[in-house]
Amino acid sequence: MFFFMTSAISVSGLIKSFGRTRALDGLNLLVRTGEVHGFLGPNGAGKTTTIRILLGLLRADAGSAQLLGGDPWRQATQLHRRLAYVPGDVTLWPNLSGGEIIDLLGRLRGGLDPRRRAELLERFELDPKKKARTYSKGNRQKVALIAALASNVELLILDEPTSGLDPLMEAMFQQCIAQERKDGRTVLLSSHILAEVEALCDRVSIIRSGRTVESGTLAQLRHLTRTSILADLAQPPSEIASLPGVHDVQIDGTRLRCQVDTAELNEVLRHLAALGVQSLISQPPTLEELFLRHYQANPRASSEPMEVSR
Amino acid sequence: MKTLRGMDEFVGTGALIRLILRRDRVVLPTWIVLPALLALSIEASFAHLYHTPTLLQAFANEVASNPAEVALLGPVYAPTLAGITAWRWSMLTVVLIALANLFTVTRHTRTEEESGRRELLGSTMVGRYAALTAVLIVTGVADLLSGLLVAGGLIGIGFSFAGSCALGLSVAAIGWTFAALAGVTAQMTESAGVANGIGGALLGLFYLLRVVGDMGAYSGLSWLSPVGWMRFVRPFAAERWWIFALFIGLVIVFCVCAYMLAARRDLGAGLLPPQLGPATASPSLRSPFALAWRLQRGMLFAWVTAFAVMGIAFGYVAKTVADQLSANPQMLNLFAHMGPNVGPGYGFFTLALEIFGEVAAAYAILATLRLRSEEVSGRAEPLLANAVSRSGWAISHLMFAAFGPAFVLTVFGLTAGLTYGMSQGTMGTTLLRVLIATLAYLPAVWVLAGTTMLLFGLLPRVASFLSWVVLMVCLLLDLGGELQQVSQAVLNLSPFPHVPKLLVSQASALPLVALAVIAVAFTLVGLVGFRQRAIG
Repeated sequence: MFFFMTSAISVSGLIKSFGRTRALDGLNLLVRTGEVHGFLGPNGAGKTTTIRILLGLLRADAGSAQLLGGDPWRQATQLHRRLAYVPGDVTLWPNLSGGEIIDLLGRLRGGLDPRRRAELLERFELDPKKKARTYSKGNRQKVALIAALASNVELLILDEPTSGLDPLMEAMFQQCIAQERKDGRTVLLSSHILAEVEALCDRVSIIRSGRTVESGTLAQLRHLTRTSILADLAQPPSEIASLPGVHDVQIDGTRLRCQVDTAELNEVLRHLAALGVQSLISQPPTLEELFLRHYQANPRASSEPMEVSR
Repeated sequence: MKTLRGMDEFVGTGALIRLILRRDRVVLPTWIVLPALLALSIEASFAHLYHTPTLLQAFANEVASNPAEVALLGPVYAPTLAGITAWRWSMLTVVLIALANLFTVTRHTRTEEESGRRELLGSTMVGRYAALTAVLIVTGVADLLSGLLVAGGLIGIGFSFAGSCALGLSVAAIGWTFAALAGVTAQMTESAGVANGIGGALLGLFYLLRVVGDMGAYSGLSWLSPVGWMRFVRPFAAERWWIFALFIGLVIVFCVCAYMLAARRDLGAGLLPPQLGPATASPSLRSPFALAWRLQRGMLFAWVTAFAVMGIAFGYVAKTVADQLSANPQMLNLFAHMGPNVGPGYGFFTLALEIFGEVAAAYAILATLRLRSEEVSGRAEPLLANAVSRSGWAISHLMFAAFGPAFVLTVFGLTAGLTYGMSQGTMGTTLLRVLIATLAYLPAVWVLAGTTMLLFGLLPRVASFLSWVVLMVCLLLDLGGELQQVSQAVLNLSPFPHVPKLLVSQASALPLVALAVIAVAFTLVGLVGFRQRAIG
């Protein structure tokens, strides 16, 4: 019981099909109250479908979804008072000004803080007098972001919110989200920008083909990936390839290049030490490698989704 | 060198033509064949009803002595089956083919720019004039095909070659005129809706000029209107081929204007520079209804203005009609049969109201379909992801579908009653009677809005298309009923025949209540469906 009270979003076994296409195929997602949760996956993995189910815009075919302790479909309107949403592709009413749209969206949510609104307009350098039809993609994104950030809500659901922003504005966005976390708000952040995810997210979930393939802190995810090793040894490492967790072995005399599962690193190093290490270079996996590995078609993903957070 | 650069502006026209044909592969053939089908079915019913030359002559005399018919459909030039078919068919087809051309041209020019799709295409090997040229070629050929089908069909059933060709060519000429006109309006505004609005308003104006011109007092006015020219071709009554030179001249003028405007302006821009808006929303912009008001008010004002102008004109014309009818004892006798104290003016209004009731239904459908366009464009999503219930959002727009037509019809009743009452010198009673008779159409209009909501709730993907099909079927049933081609049972499927003709017959509340109940029931089912389904 306590577990559910501290989760802002808890989704399990979510299934949603559009005709013959299965968009979500048993998706799990747990976002704890007060955390910034990264929601990652390749294009078409089902991120936006999940978010639209959480917003009560779509109804799931099967599985359960809880949002702020309520049912996202049946209690949509009450729950929406407590959250703010920034869509990935912001379309606005062409004949309303940016300022009008920010006010309208904020008021429909139960009011927004005028001082915060003014501050955000200044920080994001948005001219609120311009009609929405004249805004660029980035400026439309800013309208939706300011409307969301200036509202006093518990949960922010952001679907690729920085996809049209320049690097300066992107930095501004990161500052704002850091502040939101300090204020105790929960954020679900769908993003492709790895630096943004690394800087902001407490935990991440990676999904592919409608299933959760990984979920945990970045440190835990790193643990699941491989370290690359370059070693000069005293004698040829002939048996190294037969050790568990060693991949892509290249042996050139006494020089060894290979990839090692981080979990097996200790065993492999013990084996190398026995052979006599003359030089050793090891590289931890970069975030890019981490994500590329999960984004690409990978036989391991078709097995059971892995939950490493506990 | 100069010609080479000039040709560059047309690069990609062929590819865009194929794109248009692919996107409009259902709609385009539909409106190409419709004029021919209409012509043949009208011919069939007249041939059935008036099967001897004497009967046809009698019918033509009856029309000629009834200024109401002359006002709405123009004069009959030849009292033959061919002449009467051309007469009944022309004004109906003008509206159909003009709107088809307006919408098609706007859809492939301004709508594409407004949505941003044109930008993507414009970055490829597509010249500045390619989009305009492609759609003008497609509509030009489609209009010609439509005309050929009409001509071929009528020649096939034995009408004279020259007359059939003139009639077919007249529909093509009207199509070309309105396609070129839409080419101009599409350059003028940033919004496709406004471009269509201007085009539609000009069609209304041209039609009105012909109505006033055909009433006799200012016959020169018809010459200012392409709709008038179409009648002046006089198919089957000593055709006047030189009229087509007028059409061609006007089409050239419109095309030159369109290309000149297209050459000068920026992509996405209109003639007017974009205006700045307020930095903060007014305190009243705080509900879905306030937003719906912002989004719908322009269209509401446009319709109110159009109906006010039409009301003033029809009220004014009614006096002339009444005077001419009063001199015709045969017609007075006919109206006397319609009911007690049926004045000739009221008889005329009864005919006009049937048409304006159906036009008001088009507005109700447009106002309801705003829900669908907001949903498709993704603008509904940030609202529904907000503390706005689905019903609340839908009702905010349905208010305009319900009260918009009420407002529009009230304005028509007031203006028509006012000008007619003033000319009669019986202001009080006339105004009231015309107004009440106009408002009697409201429940029938609501049934169409309710049907649209029903489709929006249950079949969102085809809601827009089917809503217009439903209105079209109602219009065709109306025509079928008039020509006695459709049995009363089928006719009763349309809400409009149930509306009591209050100016010429006894009031009966039952059909009005029944229509209103049906409208409310459809709307409620649509709302329930909308609450259950996926958004987007």
